[in-house]
Amino acid sequence: MSALTKVETQALIAEVLEVYPEKAKKDREKHLAVNDQSIEQSKKCITSNRKSLPGVMTVRGCAYAGSKGVVWGPIKDMIHISHGPVGCGQYSRAGRRNYYVGTTGINTFGTMNFTTDFQEKDIVFGGDKKLAKVLGEINQLFPLNKGISVQSECPIGLIGDDIEAVSKKAAKELDKPIVPVRCEGFRGVSQSLGHHIANDAIRDWVLPRRDTLQFESTPYDVAVIGDYNIGGDAWSSRILLEEMGLRVIAQWSGDGTIAEMEMTPNAKLNLIHCYRSMNYIARHMEEKYSIPWMEYNFFGPTKVAESLRAIAEHFDDTIKAGAERVIAKYQAMMDEIIAKYKPRLQGKKVMLYVGGLRPRHIIGAYEDLGMEVVGTGYEFGHNDDYDRTIKDMGNSTLIYDDVTGFEFEEFVKRIKPDLIGSGIKEKYIFQKMGVPFRQMHSWDYSGPYHGYDGFAIFARDMDMTINNPCWGKMKAPWLKEAAV
Amino acid sequence: MALRQCAIYGKGGIGKSTTTQNLVAALAESGKKVMIVGCDPKADSTRLILHSKAQNSVMELAAEAGSVEDLELEDVLSVGYGGIKCVESGGPEPGVGCAGRGVITAINFLEEEGAYDDELDFVFYDVLGDVVCGGFAMPIRENKAQEIYIVCSGEMMAMYAANNIAKGIVKYANSGSVRLAGLICNSRQTDREDELIIALAGMLGTQMIHFIPRDNAVQHAEIRRMTVIEYDPTHKQADEYRQLASKIVNNKKFVIPTPITMDQLEALLMEFGIMDVEDESIIGKKAAELAAA
Repeated sequence: MSALTKVETQALIAEVLEVYPEKAKKDREKHLAVNDQSIEQSKKCITSNRKSLPGVMTVRGCAYAGSKGVVWGPIKDMIHISHGPVGCGQYSRAGRRNYYVGTTGINTFGTMNFTTDFQEKDIVFGGDKKLAKVLGEINQLFPLNKGISVQSECPIGLIGDDIEAVSKKAAKELDKPIVPVRCEGFRGVSQSLGHHIANDAIRDWVLPRRDTLQFESTPYDVAVIGDYNIGGDAWSSRILLEEMGLRVIAQWSGDGTIAEMEMTPNAKLNLIHCYRSMNYIARHMEEKYSIPWMEYNFFGPTKVAESLRAIAEHFDDTIKAGAERVIAKYQAMMDEIIAKYKPRLQGKKVMLYVGGLRPRHIIGAYEDLGMEVVGTGYEFGHNDDYDRTIKDMGNSTLIYDDVTGFEFEEFVKRIKPDLIGSGIKEKYIFQKMGVPFRQMHSWDYSGPYHGYDGFAIFARDMDMTINNPCWGKMKAPWLKEAAV
Repeated sequence: MALRQCAIYGKGGIGKSTTTQNLVAALAESGKKVMIVGCDPKADSTRLILHSKAQNSVMELAAEAGSVEDLELEDVLSVGYGGIKCVESGGPEPGVGCAGRGVITAINFLEEEGAYDDELDFVFYDVLGDVVCGGFAMPIRENKAQEIYIVCSGEMMAMYAANNIAKGIVKYANSGSVRLAGLICNSRQTDREDELIIALAGMLGTQMIHFIPRDNAVQHAEIRRMTVIEYDPTHKQADEYRQLASKIVNNKKFVIPTPITMDQLEALLMEFGIMDVEDESIIGKKAAELAAA
């Protein structure tokens, strides 16, 4: 059941598009769709991964954000240089809550900002000398770093610096991996290309380093790929895999290390959580090392159990029994949570607008609580993401790609959801409109939300947001009296 | 007299820097207050005025000092023959960094520091031959040079470049006050060179402001890092530059150019016998095929 019928939803889209000029309207209508589960391929109903329209409010990021912020940033024992002017690194510093274990500034560096701080003279005369100097200084000041990545900001590509040559030379001198990443912000239409570029850099500069090294394998070695450990997500996922008898040999890249990445080609199975940002490297390992990969979903007990069983299918009976044991062990705890929160949340309608995997992956968790997702969309998804979404969303629900600020607000005004799950840029607008809101990028400074432990927190957070007494006090007392 | 800002463009190696410095020396000799701004990372636009190898450039000095904000005007401004003020924007060695940004930074610095004072009669920008990016168009943007002189010769590529530069001027002329002020023919002693350039100038809607004959006196002076005006003021070549200077002082013909098509340019070259009429039958034929035919 959707909030609106199919015809009503279509009418809503048409009405919202009405304000655009003709050209913009033509473009934007391709990015808005009414869900129909019978459609096999999303390309029949929605266009994605296209340049945003000039003049609209988009919340997309850039290639640098995709590489430095998402893929590389969480690798904790490496130092990631924001190569270029200071702002890109400083304004995004430590914003993504990729938790990690370690002593920051000694053997881990996740929340620190390293930058070459480009000045006018570096643009004019080139920044290669400065980069070489910075690499040396970093290694002297932080000798326990296990490698350095060079994350290119826009000017690097414009002035044509040869960061590959500098990196190769420094790697020899410092005897450490130095990885140049060509993730200049102007490349591509969103952060999505940055993920791809970052994956390619790992493929070319990290994985080949240990191809010849011995590794003590077990038949149960798996790698967790595309879990960024937001608020501890990877930890609450990892314990379930370990409890069922698997050995997690690598975490990409939340709380991850470069050594784990280098060892990943020894895994028996690659487990992909965020498909959008890391499917490229999984496909590469499948081709080069014949490692199979599968997507899984650890949001909400239904999907967790489904995923644990699907993962176990790739292994022997010991693991299959392990999966059942884990599911049974947490069943009582899950029943208790659902018994507590479902009555408070039953029938509530949710609209999502996030990135990566969440626009589809969280749906199951809401459904476990009796809630319904009536609208969803991706900031930077491709059509393979929408292919996967159509089946998870109810018929005649609303799907929006790279939604504009205007469209999102209009949709919310009409659909009147009980909760919106989106990012920091949307948060205050909708809260001021009186709509309960959760940040679903950073878990609103909460989390983890993955796994069984995560679901307990997720359920509590949704309840305290939706049923917060503040929403009943949106009208000032004097305005209420005037109405009487 | 109000300050006149002029930019000199033209194909690389055509003699822009030499012509500019001799011209400026002639202007200074006649009592004009002039400044040269070199907009080329090679920084060789002021050596004949200053008798130096290469002047310390704005960008070099800024890199040494930390940033351009740390510089004072007197650090970058040198005074040479006839009180001519000289500045080089400078930039990186070939293959690195962004020379165009260097030009932008240097010119902004000069403006902010008040280098264009009321005393000056003329500023000449001597710009890198190939206008490869926005930075090298900086001197012809809003509130900079209003007069563009293109140095050319009767050689095909020089004329081709002149036409391209005219196209660039149109872009900025339509939105600002920049105008094409004339072609300066720096002779390469090709046949009927003066007539050809006059014809080209006519098609572009402008004039050939002066024809500078080729003379070794220019090279003799250059070896000594001097202009002809300074080295041998009595030489007839010095008079040529004086004539050019006086024509520029009195120039009133500032136009939005009308660049021509490649076909029109080729037709012009054929008319003057610089290019043969194209034999369409041989295009794309290998030597062996032609031999067999």
